[in-house]
Amino acid sequence: MLGLFALAAACFYGVFSAVEYPWNWSGVWKYRQQFLNGWLTTMALSLVAMIVSVASGFLLMLGRRARWLPVRMGCGSVVEVVRGSPLLVQLLIGHYIIAQAMHIDHPLFTGIVLLGCFEGAYLAEIFRGAVESISASQLEAARAVGFSKAQTYRFVIIPQALRRALPGTTGQLVSLIKDSSLLSVIGIEELVQKVKIMNAANFAPLEGYLPLALAYLVVTLPLSHLARRLEGRFAYET
Amino acid sequence: MKLETHGVTKRYGAHAALDGASFATGDEARVIALLGPSGGGKSTLLRVLGSLLVPDDGHVSLDARVLPHDEEGALKERRGNGFVFQGYNLFPHLTALQNIALPLREVHGMAETQATQRALELLHRLGLAGHEHKRPSQLSGGQQQRAAIARALAPKPRLLLLDEPTSALDPVMTGEVLDVIRELAEAGQSIILATHEISFARKVADWVVFLAAGKVEESSAAGEFFTRPKTELAQQYLEGLSKYR
Repeated sequence: MLGLFALAAACFYGVFSAVEYPWNWSGVWKYRQQFLNGWLTTMALSLVAMIVSVASGFLLMLGRRARWLPVRMGCGSVVEVVRGSPLLVQLLIGHYIIAQAMHIDHPLFTGIVLLGCFEGAYLAEIFRGAVESISASQLEAARAVGFSKAQTYRFVIIPQALRRALPGTTGQLVSLIKDSSLLSVIGIEELVQKVKIMNAANFAPLEGYLPLALAYLVVTLPLSHLARRLEGRFAYET
Repeated sequence: MKLETHGVTKRYGAHAALDGASFATGDEARVIALLGPSGGGKSTLLRVLGSLLVPDDGHVSLDARVLPHDEEGALKERRGNGFVFQGYNLFPHLTALQNIALPLREVHGMAETQATQRALELLHRLGLAGHEHKRPSQLSGGQQQRAAIARALAPKPRLLLLDEPTSALDPVMTGEVLDVIRELAEAGQSIILATHEISFARKVADWVVFLAAGKVEESSAAGEFFTRPKTELAQQYLEGLSKYR
């Protein structure tokens, strides 16, 4: 892992030397407090958006499996439209048109809800795939021991689906953290926005982006690692 | 018990798994064997009799009480029965003990300690001492099926329904499982058993329902069925199955 990292760093250094890039790190150091603030904003809003995304993903999954056709179709359309259109457009229309019409003027609130729902639409399909992979014989066994529908979800479907949904869900949550950078378009000063300001102030076009990538990796790599450990804990043969 | 069906029909798309199946057992039937060729409707009938499936047409009555068709009534009915399937169908994420104790707690409202105690008692009785904390994948087929029987018996079901419980097992494991079922039958448990093990059915059953192509061809006391089958189809079936045993 460390060896790979060293190799990547060496390659990186080589490439930048090849184009004779004029490094200017002093400006970056001057803005470290701003950088930290941006990082904290990104992490805090990502964390809340993750909770929103898992909750909305779960509800959309249930909706897509509902017995009542209009609910099924409604949730299906939401998933397709949200997944099929750019987050950028959703943020702009959501914040400047829909939220304004509803007299909500909290970009952070709107941004978290929109980001959460965007990733939730993807999670809904990951969850649905996992739930629908539970075999019919398991569902019959649940009926046979007398479980109600809610108990079947709680004791049979969700524990087994959780394990199957975990790899896909982790990937989606990592995407969420990175996608949160788009929230700058509705005026939220998260990490990417701070770095853009910093680069502009220093006349340094790229310096800020390297620590920026590291600042994301510091969180996303441990998240992936944690997920793999959880997968190990849930592992059992079927 | 007296078990009756009247014109029971269950369709899957265009295919009728049960096509107007009607029979009535004697008043004192206790171990009922469902026999007949594969695809004849044994498994479907077993599920209908246990309220795991609701028929599209017709009805079932148990001791002159008609079984309900609404979801809530059927659920209540199911909770009084125990089911064992060909493929065991234990919950793979739970240990043998949890497989038994969880429904006791959640469905039958038993306290944690009593549920655990009851589960342990059954596992020991069915020869699974030492395997309580293993997951299904760590058990042999015979052990899994005995754990499944333990799960079905745990809430003291009025009726134990077994769907070809030994069809996926080798002869040694088949013997283990049949021994358990025989002991239960001899201890007075009411049982409905779909099976191809006719020599076993001959030993334990007191009533036989013979099905083919979704219809009941014959329904008679076991002694009579095995000595003087009335239909030609049943005769051929019995001859075919006893040829090599």
